[in-house]
Amino acid sequence: MRLVPDPEPVVFGSGDVQVVACPDGPLLVRGADAVRDSGGELHPTTRPVVAVCTCDKSQRLPWCDGTHKVVRRR
Amino acid sequence: MQLPRARGPISAGVLAALAGPPYDLAPIARRVGDLPDGTDLLADDDLHLALWSLYELHYRGFDRVDPALEWDPELLRLRRAMEEVFEAELRRRSAPHVERTLAADGDLATRLFGLAEGFEGPSVARYVHRDARREQLLELMVQRSIYHLKESDPSSWVIPRITGAPKAALVELQYDEYGAGRPERLHATMFGDALEGCGLRREYGAYVDVVPGYVLASNNAMSLFGLNRRLQGASMGHLGAFEATSSLPCKKFAAGIRRLGLPDVVAEYFDEHVEADAVHEQLAFRDICVGLVDSGQADEADVVLGATVCLMMDTLVGERLLEAWQAGRSALRADLGAAAPAHTAPPGAGDRPTTAAVAS
Repeated sequence: MRLVPDPEPVVFGSGDVQVVACPDGPLLVRGADAVRDSGGELHPTTRPVVAVCTCDKSQRLPWCDGTHKVVRRR
Repeated sequence: MQLPRARGPISAGVLAALAGPPYDLAPIARRVGDLPDGTDLLADDDLHLALWSLYELHYRGFDRVDPALEWDPELLRLRRAMEEVFEAELRRRSAPHVERTLAADGDLATRLFGLAEGFEGPSVARYVHRDARREQLLELMVQRSIYHLKESDPSSWVIPRITGAPKAALVELQYDEYGAGRPERLHATMFGDALEGCGLRREYGAYVDVVPGYVLASNNAMSLFGLNRRLQGASMGHLGAFEATSSLPCKKFAAGIRRLGLPDVVAEYFDEHVEADAVHEQLAFRDICVGLVDSGQADEADVVLGATVCLMMDTLVGERLLEAWQAGRSALRADLGAAAPAHTAPPGAGDRPTTAAVAS
């Protein structure tokens, strides 16, 4: 069953989770075990640092794929 | 790795010296100091194979070559002479971009991203996405194998030379490049898997003899910056520009590879880089490059030089590659069948490297 969508991605981590916002870019998240996207789906990760999309245009949501650069140029 | 085949008098002299004493490098040094007019210093086969071979002593070395030659004063003196020629040309050709970026408005991270995004280069990725034939994709993999089988290694030279937050960020980036504790996720290993998926050889250095001088030159730029501590800012600028021009092209490469119906393992290497490099570009430009400049560990001009050289060499490689393909030629020096080792022993006294062993 689909939950009510969250407006923003939510980050989960068992330890210390750090989030840094990059200007005109993604959120850099350290220590995350998983990120829940705006549709409610949970995406696990094993990467020590992940870049979470904030422009919503990535083709690999919730992860950044660099598309914000193309979007910005338009 | 076996010693490569010489491509001219300079590389012949260097390879003969590596094969064993006695050797006399004086004539080679004179040649390096008096290169003929019109020598393409960013692509010359002979010069860049010679320099690449000397740099390799600091990475994996060669079969049956004395590892102590890594610190041989005569070879280092010769390497220095070649580096001076190469570095001067890199500085000369990149100067307009460097000056423009240094004079531009905005903070350093913004200017570095702007430099990377605004650099007009040919799109090899677009070509691979839509048009490349299977054999062209294999040629691209072969050209890239020179770097990607030691992916990230040139940046690791900088780690012991810096301190504080930029060091932590560089190690964080490299940890991801090196598989984050999982050997099968080492990017160089994943590239080897991708080569195998293409039916190509994965051994380090297997294709050195068939790649053109411009590919060796673009590799040499990374080693030049990595091995010279005075150029650590340039090394990190290069890393940042490399990462910042990776995610979007890798997406196109992966799509082109799937269009050609190659095994998933080939596209997966590029998928990994879409995601990883979206992280790495932020780490490299913001935490490492800006961090080094802000903490007085690098000059802004060096960082911008390194970034520009990365973009410039990438453009040069892309132009030559597409030029060959669009003219219906191979972008390699010989067909892939000729890339198998033709000799089992390194060139010795009775078997000096020849200059015409590989058809150009």
